[in-house]
Amino acid sequence: MSAADIPVPKGESSTRWARLHNGGVEAWALLGGVSAIIIALVAFMALPLYALLKKSVEDDKGNFVGLDNFAEYFASVGLVQSITNSLTIALLTMVISCTLAFIFAYGLTRTCMPFKRGFRAIATIPILAPSLLPAISLIYLFGNQGIMKGLLFGESIYGPIGIMIAMVFYIFPHVMMIMVTALSTTDARLYEAAEALDTKPVRVFFTVTLPGAIYGIVSAAVVAFTLTITDFGVPKVIGGQYNVLATDIYKQVVGQQNFSMGAVVGLVLLIPAVFSFTIDRHVQKKQVALLSARAVPYHPKPHKTRDTALLIFCIMMSVFLIGILGMAAFASFVTFWPYDMSFTLAHYDFDAVDPNGWSSFFNSLKMAGFTAVIGVIIIFLGAYLVEKGQSFPKLRALFHMLAILPMAVPGLVLGLAYVFFFSVPENPLSAFYGTLAILVVCTIVHFYTVSHLTMLTALKQIDKEFESVSASLQVPFYKTMMKVHVPICLPAISDVMMYLFVNAMTTVSAVVFLYSPDTKLAAITVLNLDDVGDQAEAAAMAMVIVATSITVRLLHGLLMRGLNRRHSAWRTRSG
Amino acid sequence: MKSGVLKKLSLSVFGAVLAGSVFAGSATAGDLIVYTAVEPEELTGFAKAFEAKHPGIKIKWVRDSTGIMTAKLLAEGKNTQADIVWGLAATSLLLLKDADMLEPYAPKGVEKLDKLFVDGSNPPSWVGQRAWIASICVNTAEAKAKNLPIPKSWADLTKPVYKGHIVMPNPASSGTGFLDVSSWLQMWGEEKAWKFMDGLHENIGIYTHSGSKPCKMAGKGEFPIGVSFAYKGAQLKAKGAPVLTVAPTEGVGWDLESFALVKGAKNMADAKTFADWSVTKETNVIYNEAYAVVAYPGVAKPVKFFPADLNKKMIKNDFLWAAKNRKRILAEWKKRYDSKSAPKKK
Repeated sequence: MSAADIPVPKGESSTRWARLHNGGVEAWALLGGVSAIIIALVAFMALPLYALLKKSVEDDKGNFVGLDNFAEYFASVGLVQSITNSLTIALLTMVISCTLAFIFAYGLTRTCMPFKRGFRAIATIPILAPSLLPAISLIYLFGNQGIMKGLLFGESIYGPIGIMIAMVFYIFPHVMMIMVTALSTTDARLYEAAEALDTKPVRVFFTVTLPGAIYGIVSAAVVAFTLTITDFGVPKVIGGQYNVLATDIYKQVVGQQNFSMGAVVGLVLLIPAVFSFTIDRHVQKKQVALLSARAVPYHPKPHKTRDTALLIFCIMMSVFLIGILGMAAFASFVTFWPYDMSFTLAHYDFDAVDPNGWSSFFNSLKMAGFTAVIGVIIIFLGAYLVEKGQSFPKLRALFHMLAILPMAVPGLVLGLAYVFFFSVPENPLSAFYGTLAILVVCTIVHFYTVSHLTMLTALKQIDKEFESVSASLQVPFYKTMMKVHVPICLPAISDVMMYLFVNAMTTVSAVVFLYSPDTKLAAITVLNLDDVGDQAEAAAMAMVIVATSITVRLLHGLLMRGLNRRHSAWRTRSG
Repeated sequence: MKSGVLKKLSLSVFGAVLAGSVFAGSATAGDLIVYTAVEPEELTGFAKAFEAKHPGIKIKWVRDSTGIMTAKLLAEGKNTQADIVWGLAATSLLLLKDADMLEPYAPKGVEKLDKLFVDGSNPPSWVGQRAWIASICVNTAEAKAKNLPIPKSWADLTKPVYKGHIVMPNPASSGTGFLDVSSWLQMWGEEKAWKFMDGLHENIGIYTHSGSKPCKMAGKGEFPIGVSFAYKGAQLKAKGAPVLTVAPTEGVGWDLESFALVKGAKNMADAKTFADWSVTKETNVIYNEAYAVVAYPGVAKPVKFFPADLNKKMIKNDFLWAAKNRKRILAEWKKRYDSKSAPKKK
């Protein structure tokens, strides 16, 4: 038996290099793998952000000017207004969407109402659409020529009202899914105890249900807040004169070619995102396992009034979600709103209004495909190294930290940072600039955190015994990985691929400054079409994106069913 | 063994990322990459006409609105893929000239063009193609329904009857918007122009980010009056929208759609061929299909649905003044109107 086969016991006092020597192949591979991913994350996240920081203290000729740009920005009248507006919108949207999503999730998890699966499917629809879609749709519904304009009682849809309604639509699935998870993990024994003590339902709600879900609610609130404050598509389309930070960046960079000032606003936008992210991390750490081994899953009992009330609520919510999607679909087939309401397919002839019309769609497909495949490989390996690696705890911790960070960086800021970092000819990586590869890399980094955490959770379920057994059988770890971990994690791998694909199809903010002649994306085309006022065509392209995502998701569903049958037989005990 | 595993791991991680650059590859060598802000629906026609004359060269359009295209070029700097910038505002090309990104070149036959359309330096850094002229788009059906008189002048737009019915492009994001503001300032002087804009602001429904959007919004009746440019209004009218294009009596601002070679272009020879083609009489005839004022004297015929005598209403436009004062003007504009963010009630 050689030294390489002896598993390194934890807390061994030898030096790192001695351990490396003893660990042999395994340790070298671990070191190499972790270092490679750390270097990649540094090159594709940390360095670009540094370039952004550097830009913010330079003038337009590249001279160092200290904090002059910040001083100029903070002295401008519009700034305080934009910050106040951004915070107002984000907080209100957060409260509204969390309340609605909580009730919806409550209906799905704690009642006996029918059609739960259908409601759940409907509630996730917005995730398949670019954020511009609800904004465009709202203009058709409540704009000055909107079919339901009267409902606003003379208020204008162009402004905070429009932004908020569109944002609630757009972030609903994200918030709802967290709420469902939060409400699913509960111990039925608490409710049995409450019932035995004859506790009033309201009291049960405030003493059992709410405290049990509180961590999930905080998480959902943080997600809602961050998504709203950093989204750029919605305020761009429907914000009117209501300035927010995200559109400020766009105006600085695109309207006035003032990159230093764009960098300054980007950094300002980073503050609330990092702040809310820190809160979430802090709260998650405090969370203790709710489900002890003795917990009993909660099964709701029928309750007529409650079930009916929540059924009605879920129907109303579904009507809202489908109504917004349906309006965009309908508008994309109308010849000339509102004067010629006849049916036409002309708005789907994108090449007539944009030389990169349909080709942008195929670029999106390609980009999303590569993002899903390459992304999942890197993310799986990364998560595997963090979770299953044994040596180099500090290096692995550093990697884990880097992997969590992208969540706190708004797409718009990341995209702008990429421009500053990669467009400089002196940078050896500048060959990337203008290629599809940079869009793929940027998208993977942008959506890294959630994928990483999903993968980590899946890997955590696998007993460490596997590695010990394989080690004692002298099976190299990568064989164990391919034969044990990958198959067991297939559901998570496929989920992450789906997540990356859909997000790559719909993302605008991260790539709006990065695309080039050959790499324009469908979601960008939606933005451009709306920008020049071709709203019907913009709606049509958004619908093509939705249809694609739905198709891919259905295929994913079929695939998953097949996979489950083949690979998850062990999950059920037979005979 | 050791190195094998290492290789495997590092390859799968880094290799996967780097592989991206292979599949992504940019345009093929023979393509002429043209950055443009010309309205997208016209581009296919221009490419066909050029490629018919020069079958060996294939045009690859990169199209975006004036603001984005200018920002993109400035951001890319010397690393840009563009061989030639074509159909971009002269004011934007001045910024590029300032950034030392342009290759001066006198296209064959440039001397035949109207002097006002060509950069003063020799050889010229940029050459104008046609004028893009501000106008007001009015939705006649909505105006009638809402009892709004058809505005005849800029001053009319400040009348209280139009409150909430006007859209105009935000000069901070749109080239057309800046062109309007700069023309008012040049026509009337600072004091009068800002006073006019104060009044106009009271009537604005929203400010848009692009110059063609106000006209398209007017076409759909979303807002009955859009401050935009003449070509868009005429085009919408031709498509059947109830749009009347009005050239205000006081005079109208304008800018030149112009082209310029990019310093260090990979495809300089083809770019020069394209530049030469762009100043010919034949090409100017194509420009005239959509725009009433073109660089080649004597070519222009009146364009359908354009306001009559539009070229006589063009103000004396000082591009250099506009480029030099741009930052100050935008700062003042933002101070006055941008921070008033509450949406207007109708």
